[in-house]
Amino acid sequence: MKPLPAHSPLAQDAHEKLAGKRGPAYWRSLEELAETPRFKEMLHREFPESMWKTGDGVGRREFLRLMGASLALAGVSAGCTRQPLREIVPYVRQPEQIVTGRPLFFASAMPFRGFAKGIVATSWEGHPTKIEGNEEHPISLGATDIFMQAALLDLYDPDRARAVMEGPMVNTWPVFLNRLHGVMESQKQKRGAGVRILTETPASPTLVAQLQDALKAFPEARWHIFDAISRDNVLAGARLAFGKPLETQYAIDKTKVIVALDSDFLFTHPAALKHVRQFSDGRRVSGGSNEMNRLYAAESGPSITGAMAEHRLPIRSSEIEALAARLLTRLQGNANAKDEPWLEAAASDLLAHRGSSLVVVGDDQAPEAHALGHEINELLGNFGQTVTFTEAIVHEAGTLKDLASDLDAGKVDALFILGGNPAFAAPADLEFSARVGKARFSAHLTVDANETSAACQWLIPETHFLESWSDARAFDGTLSIIQPLIDPLYNGISAHEFIAALLDQTGQTSYDIVRAHWKGTEEEWRKAVHDGVAARTQFPTVEARRNRTTPSPPPVSTHQTALEAVFKPDPALWDGRYANNGWLQELGRPITKVTWENPALISPALAKRLSLENGDIVEAKASGRTARLPVWITPGVAENCVILHTGNGRSRVGKVGTDMGTNVYPLRNEANLHFAPIELSKTGERKLIAATQLFHLIDNSERQVLRESILSDFRKDPKVIQEQIQEPPCDETLYNVGEFDYAGPRWAMSIDLTTCIGCNACVLACQAENNIPVVGKEQVAKGRAMQWIRIDSYFRGSPAAPLVTHMPVPCMQCENAPCELVCPVEATLHDHEGLNLQVYNRCVGTRFCSNNCPYKVRRFNFLFFAAADYHTPSLKSMLNPEVTVRWRGVMEKCTYCIQRIQAARIPAQEENRAIRDGEITPACAQACPARAIVFGDLSDPKSRVSKLRRHPLNYGMLAELNTRPRTTYLAKLRDPNPALEEPVHG
Amino acid sequence: MQLFGKSSNAVARVSLVGGICGIFGLAWGAYAAYWAPWITRVGVEIPQRVPFSHKHHVGDDGIDCRYCHTSVEKSGFAGMPSTEICMSCHSQLWTQAPMLEPVRESLATGQPLHWNRVHDLPDFVFFDHGIHVAKGIGCSTCHGRVDEMPLVAKRAPLYMKWCLDCHSDPAKFIRPRAKIFDMSWHPPLDQATEGARLVKQNHIETLTLQDCSNCHR
Repeated sequence: MKPLPAHSPLAQDAHEKLAGKRGPAYWRSLEELAETPRFKEMLHREFPESMWKTGDGVGRREFLRLMGASLALAGVSAGCTRQPLREIVPYVRQPEQIVTGRPLFFASAMPFRGFAKGIVATSWEGHPTKIEGNEEHPISLGATDIFMQAALLDLYDPDRARAVMEGPMVNTWPVFLNRLHGVMESQKQKRGAGVRILTETPASPTLVAQLQDALKAFPEARWHIFDAISRDNVLAGARLAFGKPLETQYAIDKTKVIVALDSDFLFTHPAALKHVRQFSDGRRVSGGSNEMNRLYAAESGPSITGAMAEHRLPIRSSEIEALAARLLTRLQGNANAKDEPWLEAAASDLLAHRGSSLVVVGDDQAPEAHALGHEINELLGNFGQTVTFTEAIVHEAGTLKDLASDLDAGKVDALFILGGNPAFAAPADLEFSARVGKARFSAHLTVDANETSAACQWLIPETHFLESWSDARAFDGTLSIIQPLIDPLYNGISAHEFIAALLDQTGQTSYDIVRAHWKGTEEEWRKAVHDGVAARTQFPTVEARRNRTTPSPPPVSTHQTALEAVFKPDPALWDGRYANNGWLQELGRPITKVTWENPALISPALAKRLSLENGDIVEAKASGRTARLPVWITPGVAENCVILHTGNGRSRVGKVGTDMGTNVYPLRNEANLHFAPIELSKTGERKLIAATQLFHLIDNSERQVLRESILSDFRKDPKVIQEQIQEPPCDETLYNVGEFDYAGPRWAMSIDLTTCIGCNACVLACQAENNIPVVGKEQVAKGRAMQWIRIDSYFRGSPAAPLVTHMPVPCMQCENAPCELVCPVEATLHDHEGLNLQVYNRCVGTRFCSNNCPYKVRRFNFLFFAAADYHTPSLKSMLNPEVTVRWRGVMEKCTYCIQRIQAARIPAQEENRAIRDGEITPACAQACPARAIVFGDLSDPKSRVSKLRRHPLNYGMLAELNTRPRTTYLAKLRDPNPALEEPVHG
Repeated sequence: MQLFGKSSNAVARVSLVGGICGIFGLAWGAYAAYWAPWITRVGVEIPQRVPFSHKHHVGDDGIDCRYCHTSVEKSGFAGMPSTEICMSCHSQLWTQAPMLEPVRESLATGQPLHWNRVHDLPDFVFFDHGIHVAKGIGCSTCHGRVDEMPLVAKRAPLYMKWCLDCHSDPAKFIRPRAKIFDMSWHPPLDQATEGARLVKQNHIETLTLQDCSNCHR
């Protein structure tokens, strides 16, 4: 392997540079803070020379030599062919509701972590091309997260399991049924004593009923549940506090002060989308309110929630419980000495907001910490106000550990694993993949062939949730019917059909099973299917009575300098199930912007201590096992913590995810699933890490790209933002006078930096809507990622505990667009509604426009990146037929989803009316759970975007260049506690 | 020593003139090829597996365009008739005609008919039938006298220049709503004034009509 270009020693530098800096200092990476030479090169050259050399070892000359022949052929064939004859294939019987050339929309739901998120899928003549949130659904509320957006690519993934396999041999479902029949017949005499069924937490009440039927038919059979990322501690905590498992429902809309203890309730919680909506509504100053909720967060790694906090305390995860105990003591008034300022401030804020405050404890924390959280909430009078309870769904199922010991004892004759990938994700000491072999008969029902199916005798391809009927409950209990959007692409069997086969009911389809379990009238059923939710099915609120026995306060850890590994689900790949999803792999992870890789995140201080640089490979030793993985120095990680993201490093998965990243599950033991002592040692080797934060840079040192203030200053002087820089009162234009007077609509976008949580949903929504290709790790490392909207995360303050602000950057659609004037072939030009158009078929790829764009929002197709999508039949069906698939050598960029503008404009013009406000929603705005993105017509003074434009927080990025951006921002506001010292601003 | 013989002068002259002529000739050839029916397929009848005659169905029988092209008013795509639409008549008429065997077979087997496209725009062009019909552009303006074509052939090359002829001055081509599906409509003598009136009446925004975003996205 060739040596990689060394990153300059930045950890030391960064501290020193910061100490010398004056005034506001914003930085997107430690390289920027330290002003390393590499950073400077990247800043001044969009495509620096050195980029040709990194990674694959194919230099520019060699590339040209290799490509020479094919380029020449391409030139000949492109110029001199005539259009081939193509066919039209009409329906034999046209389905009643399909109008060819127009999409249909179907409500359904996506199961995730055992709960439903309501979706509406766009379907073009029978194939789904886009997933949006269902506005009627109480959890998704019309929004989506990255997993919902990416589910589409999972459906069409050409690497999915396609056939019934017996070991390495292709077999058929009837043969399997035959074999299964024999197994189950012999089990009937033993009352199923040898049958074990392993599932993940099921979201479907129908499936649960079927499993219960199976357990009735085979009373000695056992059902086990294993989730790699489990919520067991949450329910165990409730059991500890209330004597029974209860789910906690947060009413964040009624909350003024939130304390998050190692909790990522804005991202990983099953009701996260609802939380984001309520949380952002509670701090949306642009709506006319002058109030903001305030968030305190204590956590080890920088999570999406933590980055939103006014006051974030980096702390080891294992100390959170003690912190909660101290907080409780302080709230009870029993504390003697002054504690940590963060805790003092949080405590007094909580006390000042009895009944309108909230303490949220993270899933990974011990049950005792959750019990402490409940006690604090009760003490503050939050029960019945910001916290309510519903009965939890608890299943009579054993654990994976029970199953492992049964396997060891030779008690398992037939093991059925429904979904999941326990052989990959199980705690390492269970050695589950080896133990599966001890079952005399084993079958894995799975969407993709993975580590677990390799350990099982049979692989049965499972239907994707977009391919089969099912049902699912949302976190608040609301029932959704899952309806298929397409017939199974690869002869999949649904979990319902699989359990029916166990019970010898093979004639039944998923529809029959779900419909029979539903019981309601045909009318109710049809309405529930149509709406995506069944009315009045949410759980009733229950009274929670806390046990008076307070758990004893935990011993305070004495080894605070010992290193601690913290296992977190990968913010894009989750537990590994999305490892073969190129959209998710290529997504810049929140805060770090790392793609395709799961480096160990360490603090700058630890990096300095161990003299580690970004990309250095370390040997990590935990729970008696070792793993070798690169490190990534991340501001805001608790000093002695190593954040390990699970999910990457899959050994058996499709072409995209195999051997990408590192598997950290081997470091996880049954005893310490969430955090464990760890040792790091430097190996001297390095690995290329493709992080997008070094690309598309804007020189921040002289221009105020990001503007922010605090609420109290804003109340005193609402003009505080606009006074930071005076935009020139300049009416110079780049065009002929009167050429563009914008008599019609003037499309514009407003992005609220206060409410954006940086969750990346917009990035993936844009990728799915606009047929944006995946380019691969090597290309990302060269700065060639293609996403049209990026999220810049700016840090401010000390690298140990910085404040973070996310800034989504789509095309600014400048009224004075610098890109347009430099195009020699008029491939990018203005239209009369003010959009900067990119005409792909004219573009010859000079890249002048990108060079001249001050915002760096243009993306160039260096290679035919869309080849995979275009040549793979299944992926071809996924493409949005309303958007051109771009070829090699063509520049592209955000279009404000011009296809959606046209889709609204055409009916409006046919009806001779104006387009109504809200009729057009670009994909990014539609996905955004925080509703931070608003799109509309500036010519209409009553439109939402016009009102936001008049808001005092409104500013244009680099507007002082007289680009007159149509995309403008609402400045970031925070409401810090005045009792805590803030880095002075301005 | 004399390097070039006397004939060299002639060779030089001929090659100079010939070279210049050759360049122009090549350019002319390319231009001619670009507009040649071999490339544009204008006037070239496209063979079909079922030799469906618009002349017979439209011209002789007087069937309305929308009977088969059902979505022409409400979608970008005009719609191709499903086998069932064919069979709504042909289950009664010409039920044994060998020419219609593929149609009957399609209905029996459920396998769709395959038609060769006559009008095929490049994939980076997004044309919408619905808005053109709504704003007063008739079928025959682009498709020609389909009612006189036994097998359909293109009447225009569908090049962008041809699109822009109308997008730059729709008044020349626009017709009253009632005449959209009238194959024999001809521009009246006062088309200049009548067209301008219709453009106004149908709220056609001539300013934005040539924006690239109308057709390219």
